[in-house]
Amino acid sequence: MSPKLDHRHSPAKYISYVVGFVLSLATTLLAYFFVVNELWPKESLIYTVMGIAVVQLVIQLVFFLHLGRGNRWKVLTFLFAVLVVLVVVVGSLWIMQNLDYNMMHMSPDQMTQYMSENEGI
Amino acid sequence: MTRAEEEVVIHERKTLGFWIYLMTDCVLFAALFATFAVLKNATAGAHGGPELFDLPFVLIETIILLTSSFTIGMALLGSVRGYKKQTFIWLFVTFALGIVFLSMELYEFMVLISEGYGPQRSAFLSSYFTLVATHGIHIAIGLLWMAVVIVRLWRHNFKKTDINRLALLGLFWHFLDIIWIFIFSFVYLIGGMA
Repeated sequence: MSPKLDHRHSPAKYISYVVGFVLSLATTLLAYFFVVNELWPKESLIYTVMGIAVVQLVIQLVFFLHLGRGNRWKVLTFLFAVLVVLVVVVGSLWIMQNLDYNMMHMSPDQMTQYMSENEGI
Repeated sequence: MTRAEEEVVIHERKTLGFWIYLMTDCVLFAALFATFAVLKNATAGAHGGPELFDLPFVLIETIILLTSSFTIGMALLGSVRGYKKQTFIWLFVTFALGIVFLSMELYEFMVLISEGYGPQRSAFLSSYFTLVATHGIHIAIGLLWMAVVIVRLWRHNFKKTDINRLALLGLFWHFLDIIWIFIFSFVYLIGGMA
């Protein structure tokens, strides 16, 4: 396999960094502006900020890290990393939220009583 | 295969190896982010994010790191094209921005600790300090690496292998910028909402 010195391997362009920088700056300021001025209720604001963070991730991957250029394995390992990250983060939050719900902030004695009364344990 | 093609192949291989390291680092940060998200409300009766975080200060930190990510890209492009003076100027700017960022972060930590909100105060603060300081340590190591690259470029007059090292450092620096964007969004913006 002899990779040719094609477009994928040529050095990146200046314009790529300039566009990436401007877009990142804009998204950062946008998220900050939304949160500081509390434009929406908290719930939807959280999802907005998360969405903007993902948009900025894509911007930086494309314009700074040039994902897709060079070795194609970079994309595959990146996708695998995304999978692992999602499993770790979503999985942890899911389990801990379930635990939190089931514990219901009770003392151990109250918990035992609650479980014998309501859950039949 | 010509000599130039061979060099590209070797460099690509090294880049892929370094890229895989970055992806595993992602998993490390994912674990710390998950810990923070779980412990966000475990403040042990002390103040939480909304009272403790100084958002304008953190915004300036974010913009400084973002700018340094841009300037290291400029340094890399300069070095590839053989503009030596330009490369050094951009590298020094990046280094200075990195130092300012790290100093601001340490100052933020010192203010929190001096007010009695050190990592031992609550589970929330423990996870906060662990996550943000792990990023800070990465930045510190990146700065050390940058100093080495600057000295090598200077002494070996832009040897091809040193330019490749600069390319890897650039990847590392952009990666830290992305991690910081998530810290800024999830820890400071979302964690700082009342």
